[in-house]
Amino acid sequence: MTVRLVPYGEQAVLVELDDLEAALAADHVVRELVSREDLGVMDVVPAARTVLVTAQSPGLVGPLTARLDAALQTMPEGAAPPAEGEVEVPVVYDGPDLADVATATGLTEAAVVAAHTGTPWRVAFGGFAPGFAYLVGGDNRLRVPRRATPRTSVPAGSVGVAGEFSGIYPRTSPGGWQLLGHTDLVLFDVDRDPPALLRPGWTVRFTAVR
Amino acid sequence: MTSRPALEVVRCGLPVLVEDGGRPGLAAIGVGRSGAADRSAWALGQRLLANPVSAAALEITYGTAEFVARGALVITLTGASVPATVAGRPVPMAAVVALRDGDRLVLGPPDSGLRTYLSVRGGVVVDAVLGSRSTDVLSGIGPAPLTAGDTVPVGTPPTDVFPVVDAAAPHPVPAPLRLRTTPGPRTDWFADAGGLTAATWTVSPDSNRVAVRLEGPPLERAQEYAGRELPSEGLVPGAVQVPADGRPLVFLADHPVTGGYPVIAVVRHTDLDLAAQARPGDPLTFTT
Repeated sequence: MTVRLVPYGEQAVLVELDDLEAALAADHVVRELVSREDLGVMDVVPAARTVLVTAQSPGLVGPLTARLDAALQTMPEGAAPPAEGEVEVPVVYDGPDLADVATATGLTEAAVVAAHTGTPWRVAFGGFAPGFAYLVGGDNRLRVPRRATPRTSVPAGSVGVAGEFSGIYPRTSPGGWQLLGHTDLVLFDVDRDPPALLRPGWTVRFTAVR
Repeated sequence: MTSRPALEVVRCGLPVLVEDGGRPGLAAIGVGRSGAADRSAWALGQRLLANPVSAAALEITYGTAEFVARGALVITLTGASVPATVAGRPVPMAAVVALRDGDRLVLGPPDSGLRTYLSVRGGVVVDAVLGSRSTDVLSGIGPAPLTAGDTVPVGTPPTDVFPVVDAAAPHPVPAPLRLRTTPGPRTDWFADAGGLTAATWTVSPDSNRVAVRLEGPPLERAQEYAGRELPSEGLVPGAVQVPADGRPLVFLADHPVTGGYPVIAVVRHTDLDLAAQARPGDPLTFTT
């Protein structure tokens, strides 16, 4: 496994990894390091192949990069980072794309629901909208493309799948994921601490309700 | 009970935004930093008024606005230079100015630059959201933009520190705008690494607090990267991203937390505030 640290402007360093698994592991290492040592970090932004670490001022980037490099080069290979918490998400599986996903995967609708609920997912990273979480690690049979035509409005709480990911729309927004159902859980609430229900490193278990 | 001092928006060309230092540290859950687009202009306002460093001010785009003081207030104007009067008398930029109850502050259009900050001693004290009073126009987090008829409350000024200067030297926005950059992280995705600095770009009318969008000769992808997709990765303010159409944009305070197009260069932090003052039609160049 290779870890590359790429300068990103004067105030940040981009940690580049070979795949999503390595990115998850690196994100865990970085967040643990940042919680343990005061390195002047402003933000840690995990993504599919990278972890962006921004410093509070340009002068802090040099020592920060050296410290990150040391921590990441000794990162244990192949070991999935431990879950940092677990959330159960009750879902009513009545989504408008459930039948299409069944057709695309060759499963029955009941088998799609069983596959979505049968394997725990992991929050890999956010982005797209406040509180949105890209979930990975689910049943491989559920890999379906995005809808050919995105919807102009997907209701808040909609649970969807696209590619290797599953996700829940925190608020009504445009979207192209295949919708399996919906949950009544509030994904993002500015008056809650922490505001996001799903955070990087957490485990998500979907359960079927009705 | 006496009513608390306030600023009322009498009229404004574009909505007026409340902005402070923003909400750093929440990008992993999809919340960007936001905050004043021209941070140094906003910060100068707070220093001139001896406000706490986190005080919120009003960000006025393209000037042309009118306010009335409800109660006695002390204000200052920083950022894009606008002709301004208080009760009919001209007031300079970056000066500490007293307003009596009922005084009208009238702002004209900026001579150059785009964003002017109206700071008030005690700060604007609308409710904070996730630790900041800033409006993030991309995520919709923070107070609603202000329009004519809206009133914002003003906080209690600190009792132990006071303004110590009357005025600071004005900082006119230089023309033409030239932004210094550091290369990368994805410079190798482009056929001509010098294409960004060789062209004179024009600021597009589609620009906003999310990004300064630029018009000019499209930047071509290097052959080995043609048609390739970049997995989304984190963004910073000042990142110069090149979407599929080859026309670069410079991300500002309300940038998305991640993006899926390559970033060819990053504007130096000393020049980022200049980018926030670029207005549609302005010529703009990059240097290394």
